[in-house]
Amino acid sequence: MIEFKNVVKDYGNEVLGADRLSVRIDQGEFVYIVGPSGAGKTTFIKLMYHEVGATSGEIRVNDYDVSSITNKEVPFLRRELGVVFQDFKLLPRLTIFENIAYALQVIEKKPEEVEKRVNEVLKQVGLKDKAQNFPNEISGGEQQRVAIARAMANRPGILIADEPTGNLDPDTSEEIMEILEKINQDGTTIVMATHNSNMVNEHKHRVLEISAGKIIRDQEGGGYENE
Amino acid sequence: MSKLTLKRHLTESLRNLKRNGWMTTAAIAAVTVTLLLVGVLLSILLNVNKVANDVQNDVEVRVFIDRKTTDKQQQDLKKKLSNIDGVDSISFSSRKKELNNVVGEYGKEFRLFSGDDNPLYDVYVVKTNDPKDTINVAKTAEKYRHVYQAQYGGASAKKLFNVVSGIRRWGMIISILLLFVAVFLISNTIRLTILSRSNEISIMRLVGATNGYIRWPFILEGAWTGLFGSIIPILVVDFSYGWMYNVVSQSLQSTNMSLLTPHTFLVEIDLLLALIGIGIGALGAALSMGRFLKLKN
Repeated sequence: MIEFKNVVKDYGNEVLGADRLSVRIDQGEFVYIVGPSGAGKTTFIKLMYHEVGATSGEIRVNDYDVSSITNKEVPFLRRELGVVFQDFKLLPRLTIFENIAYALQVIEKKPEEVEKRVNEVLKQVGLKDKAQNFPNEISGGEQQRVAIARAMANRPGILIADEPTGNLDPDTSEEIMEILEKINQDGTTIVMATHNSNMVNEHKHRVLEISAGKIIRDQEGGGYENE
Repeated sequence: MSKLTLKRHLTESLRNLKRNGWMTTAAIAAVTVTLLLVGVLLSILLNVNKVANDVQNDVEVRVFIDRKTTDKQQQDLKKKLSNIDGVDSISFSSRKKELNNVVGEYGKEFRLFSGDDNPLYDVYVVKTNDPKDTINVAKTAEKYRHVYQAQYGGASAKKLFNVVSGIRRWGMIISILLLFVAVFLISNTIRLTILSRSNEISIMRLVGATNGYIRWPFILEGAWTGLFGSIIPILVVDFSYGWMYNVVSQSLQSTNMSLLTPHTFLVEIDLLLALIGIGIGALGAALSMGRFLKLKN
């Protein structure tokens, strides 16, 4: 569960990153965050995993009060979330297997547990045969699948995706969407910021439209633009 | 920290050293240059200290006894001298022995003065616990009856004490400054390696690694850098000190001064250099990590 109550994020310039945002996203939902560039989509996402802190208001993610979270608690909040980015953020010096294993090693999982889980998620995203390749040896779509596998490795209840199809062609974007749909069907909440109108219009889910830091539309099964 | 995590950190830190090739070489070179300076300075400083101590310990008060003093009066005088604060030991040197010393030092011609012609005095040689006390001891002794004169080397002893304490003080200040420079140099070099891996750190934070978990491989990497950086300074100090010891010891043979013996001194300085290397490497890394682990608000 994610809940924002009157959240304000002031970066100190003229436009607020978040302007009295209030919204609740329940477990298992699939939510698109849409809006023009600079509208506050990324701020909304960063506030969730406390990459930036709120200026005022209340943010709850599962059992965490993110608005008053301490420095020490942040890593534990992030273990409940998986995050995927447009630029994949893979480590080029590690193999695909190692990139995913890394996410489990840093939270001090046992080696046998790591190996088992990495193989599971690699199978889930259809990349078991690429386990020993390096990121530069696979396509952009495959790299994004690795990023999703890494985000899902610790079985988070929430997957946050910031423009996950932004760098991909339509066919590859479709493949990524299918993976995300499947993850959502297994009970994981998906919050996806996107500019990809085709995806939003073809795979209908709840849409939150943000403009100038404010939610101007919250529509179940809506399209990319208000109809 | 669990054994498994420690093992991961150790492996990861060594792997990072190898992976960062040139950066690692630059960091090790910075440590090497600094530790070389520290090693040479420490070797000089500790030996100056040792020689100064030897010289200081050789400083004594020579109390000349009036010629007409009886044996009993001499014994009383000895007792009084031994009661002065700071006196460690008193030895008696007769006029005859004093003349023999002069003959030994300046030549047979001085035998002319042997027997009743001996113009020298019986002397109490007073050693003090602290060389600085010689001045007070001499001044006090001079006031006693049956004392013709008390000498402590006067201005030259005072000068020596000032020079030695000056060398100690400035040596310590220079060493501390050098170590500060070393930490600064190393933290900057390590900061470059961290900067080149800021992407990696952001991913670690993203997937929920604690600050401690992120920090440890870098601190260990800094410690390895310091340890590897201490190898050349240790070898240089060991070989050059061994050579210098042989050369200088020959010149000091006729004096009561000596340098620190290599087999004990070198073990200590080697350990010290390795520990300083590890310490400044780890500290430099820890200082550089700070801003990468802060939360943005």
